[in-house]
Amino acid sequence: MGRAKLPRKSTTIDMTAMCDVAFLLLSFFILTTKFKPSEAIAVTTPSSVAAKKAPKKNFVMVTIDSDGKVFLSIDNRDIREKVIETVNLTKNLNANDNAFINADYIGTSFDKLSSFLSVPQEARIGEALPGIPCNDTKNELTEWIAAVNKAYDYKKYDLLLKGDNVSKYPSFKAVLNAFKDNNIFKFQIVTNPESVPKGSDLFYNPKSDKE
Amino acid sequence: MAELDTSGGGHKKGPGVKKGKKLSTRVDLTPMVDLGFLLITFFIFTTTMSQPTAMKLTMPDDRLDNPDQQTKISEDGALTILIGDKDHIWYYEGQLATDGSNFKSASYNGENSIRDVIMKRKSYVISRNGGSKEPDKDFVVVIKPSKTCKYKNIIDILDEMSINLVKRYALVDISDTEEQLVKQSDAQ
Repeated sequence: MGRAKLPRKSTTIDMTAMCDVAFLLLSFFILTTKFKPSEAIAVTTPSSVAAKKAPKKNFVMVTIDSDGKVFLSIDNRDIREKVIETVNLTKNLNANDNAFINADYIGTSFDKLSSFLSVPQEARIGEALPGIPCNDTKNELTEWIAAVNKAYDYKKYDLLLKGDNVSKYPSFKAVLNAFKDNNIFKFQIVTNPESVPKGSDLFYNPKSDKE
Repeated sequence: MAELDTSGGGHKKGPGVKKGKKLSTRVDLTPMVDLGFLLITFFIFTTTMSQPTAMKLTMPDDRLDNPDQQTKISEDGALTILIGDKDHIWYYEGQLATDGSNFKSASYNGENSIRDVIMKRKSYVISRNGGSKEPDKDFVVVIKPSKTCKYKNIIDILDEMSINLVKRYALVDISDTEEQLVKQSDAQ
């Protein structure tokens, strides 16, 4: 007895659609991705529930690394120019203006600034630098912040503080003192975003967080 | 996708004329899909979706030497948090007892977390001043970081202030007796 043969179905699937989707996603990710900018000073920031994005332009940032060393970076080149002018004048440093304007961050004391600037940008390693002297006895950051304040014509600007998880309290306090001595009482702390814990007051009144 | 009709047809060639072998135009796309997804995974893992956020912090001007000008806080509403070494944390309510009996230990999360302590104290203060316009006006948290505590601990506590909507808090230097107490308890 002859049985009716079932037509054999092909096992190959048309991959075209899948390929389309894959490459669509790929192009999306390529276009949206932003590689982490290589940072000379490696800092792991703590997390907070703050939802406001950190400013990306025209900021002044004080960084505290894991050893408690303090670095200052100024985003705006015009401000950098004004700052080095002031510092050169008040401290009689004769530091190289152009090298300062091109420097991404400052991480040394005033008397070593010239030799710091003579090293090319790429050769500077955050870990090997001494950092700006910033403690109870000698706080050069105060003078730097004063110069920055002057460069901004004593107007408001975005002052960021970025500290490493494991840095100790005294360096944080010394930075706060440097801010206070320059009449800065408001600043922002760079953190990683974190979700608001369930059941907390902020969780029930999310709007009251806004100032 | 465009496909060529390979079924023959069209004009028929005469007998004996060999048909040229027609190659299939279908390409196996599997390796291409593989490659696509491989690259997708790469970009997913390297991309930084979360941008850093900024936490606003306002410090009081505490350079005044005149004690009369210092902000007085009511004893009932005060909660003092002491941040110690190695993620240890202590607190006391009101004034520190001379024998240190109200000096208690807490943790950052889990059981007996500092969040619970803050919430309890806050609701206690609110229930005391239930009738007033601003019931949590008296509630002040004093944060005293010890010299050996980590930056992360301070930020965690400051973050706790915004989580629990504490309006009044201050970062104050630790006193010698408190430093001693923290050190002693740290050693235990």
